[in-house]
Amino acid sequence: MSTAAMNRNPPQAADSSSPVLSLIDITKKFPGVVALNQVSFDVRAGEVHALLGENGAGKSTLMKVLAGKHQPNGGKIILAGEEKSFENPKQAKKSGIVLIHQEQSLVPEMSVAENIFLGSLPLKWGNRVDWKKLHADSTEILERLKCTFSSRDMVSNLSIAKKQMVEIARALVFTPRIVVFDEPTASLTDHEKPVLYDIIRNLQEQGVGIVYISHRMDEIFHLSQRISVLRDGEYNGTLNTADTSEDEVTKLMIGRTLELDHASKPKDFGENMLELRNLTVNGVFEDVSFNVRKGEIVGMYGLVGAGRSEVAETIFGLRKPSGGEILLDGKVESIRSSHDAVLEGIALVPEDRKDQGLILGMNCRDNMTLSALGSVSSMGFMKTGEEKVVYDKYQQAMKIKTPSWRQKVGNLSGGNQQKIVIGKWLHTHPKLLILDEPTRGIDVGSKAEIHALIKELARSGYAVLVISSEMPEVLGVSNRIIAMYDGRVTAEFDGDAVSEDKLVQAITGQYVTDASGPVPAASA
Amino acid sequence: MINMKDFLKGSGVIQPIWVFVIVITVFFSFMSEYFLSIGNLSNILVQTSTIGLIALGMTYVMINGNIDLSVGAVLGLAASLSVGLQDYGITIAVIAALTSGLVLGAINGLIVWKTGVNAFIVTLGAMIGVRGLIFVYTEEQSFYATNFAFSDFGTSSIGPIPVLAIIFLICTLVMHLVLKKTGHGRNTFAVGGNPEAALDAGIRIGRHMMINFIIVGFFAALAGVLLATQMGAATPNLGRDYELWTITAVVLGGTKLTGGFGSITGTLGGVLAIGILRNGMNLMQVPAFYVLVILGVILISVLIIDQRLNVHASKGVSI
Repeated sequence: MSTAAMNRNPPQAADSSSPVLSLIDITKKFPGVVALNQVSFDVRAGEVHALLGENGAGKSTLMKVLAGKHQPNGGKIILAGEEKSFENPKQAKKSGIVLIHQEQSLVPEMSVAENIFLGSLPLKWGNRVDWKKLHADSTEILERLKCTFSSRDMVSNLSIAKKQMVEIARALVFTPRIVVFDEPTASLTDHEKPVLYDIIRNLQEQGVGIVYISHRMDEIFHLSQRISVLRDGEYNGTLNTADTSEDEVTKLMIGRTLELDHASKPKDFGENMLELRNLTVNGVFEDVSFNVRKGEIVGMYGLVGAGRSEVAETIFGLRKPSGGEILLDGKVESIRSSHDAVLEGIALVPEDRKDQGLILGMNCRDNMTLSALGSVSSMGFMKTGEEKVVYDKYQQAMKIKTPSWRQKVGNLSGGNQQKIVIGKWLHTHPKLLILDEPTRGIDVGSKAEIHALIKELARSGYAVLVISSEMPEVLGVSNRIIAMYDGRVTAEFDGDAVSEDKLVQAITGQYVTDASGPVPAASA
Repeated sequence: MINMKDFLKGSGVIQPIWVFVIVITVFFSFMSEYFLSIGNLSNILVQTSTIGLIALGMTYVMINGNIDLSVGAVLGLAASLSVGLQDYGITIAVIAALTSGLVLGAINGLIVWKTGVNAFIVTLGAMIGVRGLIFVYTEEQSFYATNFAFSDFGTSSIGPIPVLAIIFLICTLVMHLVLKKTGHGRNTFAVGGNPEAALDAGIRIGRHMMINFIIVGFFAALAGVLLATQMGAATPNLGRDYELWTITAVVLGGTKLTGGFGSITGTLGGVLAIGILRNGMNLMQVPAFYVLVILGVILISVLIIDQRLNVHASKGVSI
């Protein structure tokens, strides 16, 4: 199985001339943003066509247009020579377009067969489930996929890789023409990946067109025949995988002219505020060592799943380290809970502000003071007047737009919500500020404001750690950049002097340390 | 300290339950001339004080995102202890009874906190187990108060207002202020609204949950003691179904089962609504079984109306 998967020369497309699917000049606008600007993309039968681009480049929007979740403002979708317009995902599915997501939608306490035919169980007389046919049909599909488990197995007992196969098997019920894999290996171990590759080749042999979205160059070069690149919502070229190199693809991906505001970055650093020594959480990340000085912004760059957020959570006391040390202000500290972390002066602006950062049903003022109620109360009783003073201070300083402090936080825009989370933490007067994906899902204007705010905070003496998957963000704000791949720190770079290629290599596991690349770890 | 407008306003709108309370008050005052008399109104307050006291604590627990089904059993145990231990003196008996509530609440809270098992399951177990303890302790016997000071207390009044009603109203005021004005109150909302965000904000969510279970245990025990003084006795089956009436009152008052939202003023409205309906229909001589049917229908209707209003409100301003 795995030998076939590692074969560098994928099977040639059955019919390499006529595309089974063409997206022509697709344009999609959201209020204030052009997410896709006249993007064209096609897939041939039996071909794996990789779609690449940075986060926010428009890959998922394009696929959502294809799957009928979004309706385009312009352009055509042509499937097998026929122009189509999908008003909803169901229509797209009926035409044979299937999306396989990272997150899975299986019913764990049901059998594999029931999951495959969920919503379309074969019935016999009297509206009873035809179990015989159900299992026969399921077994047939599983055999086509060369799956090793039975249709009667319980889904909850399967490994993540096998669950993903059930997900794929489900796609085959409707005889698909196009299957879109969106970061399919994100939750798979290296051991499980070859199985997925086999399935993809299998689908290819059956003449299915495959769209493969991934950040991982090695996978793309293993699997695909062609590679298309999107950048900032625009089509940026298609390459034949056989005739190109990883370097060329990387250049196409990031070749923008970055407007980096290096001048405004903080310059004066003090002592070490945070130092990690071989910090390890078994099975999550290993031997992570780096430091953040007072007044310095350190960027942590890596792909989703590289272990960045987990490192932050460990510093913040939400995970228990299984080895290594955390030093704050030069002293080894053991931080057992988020409460300890707050007392130690650590602030964490979490990745997912709606789920982890805010109480959406609470008003702006109450969210702002949540982490430091002690500062606005005496003898346990809240002093609402002082709370209002605190709220007004941060509301004005950060230009939070809301009609009143009474407004429920859930009604604010993403940028304003994020400012409230940041305000909440500033009010705890932290020594170390950790921001996890500080501008995810935030519009361009607020993004710039938040970047300026981060730099200003560092200049006023905060030690800042910014975790991000967006290269412009990391390059734009960081003095130093820590690159992570697969639970390890792969390299450390000077934020003003690093090349983008090196960064991309470092976070995709291709980086080999050479003398000119990384700066030595800064010491206190 | 509290003005009437703020009192009726939960979160910017007048709470629907208070509109309902006013409507049924007007309705019954036309149906029965006795309804609005001081005597009858105090009667309603005394009748609602038992469920009302428990509901105060239950409001905290439910805003916190939990539930306590063991309150009826805790009430029964406290009542039996407060009567059964009177040989050691009333003070000791009452202290023992109240302590039992605190301890059982603490145990519930500790289990929910440390094991992470759903509060519904933990307190369901406690409900069955504590009821068993009552039977072990009483050997299925009812206890009668031998000390008249005890049973006199339950029927005494200051001026025209019964002492039990006064206790209930004072507790309501205190609980309202604690919920609205203290850090604990604020954190109770935060933990119920989004436990993960509360944890990430450095709030010790386990402690707040436990404190709230202790509060509801205390109020259940207090309600048990006061009910025993009212009756001058305690029966082993005392408090059965009270958890359901309590939750009904709290939910009628606008507290969400999912946590993060609710108020003591709403709960007071919910408790009064049930009390007024029972009392008023009684005065109109509606047969008791129909009263239950009507109460069930009203509970569901009020919640449907509340849901519609909330859907409307959540479509508010978005910036």
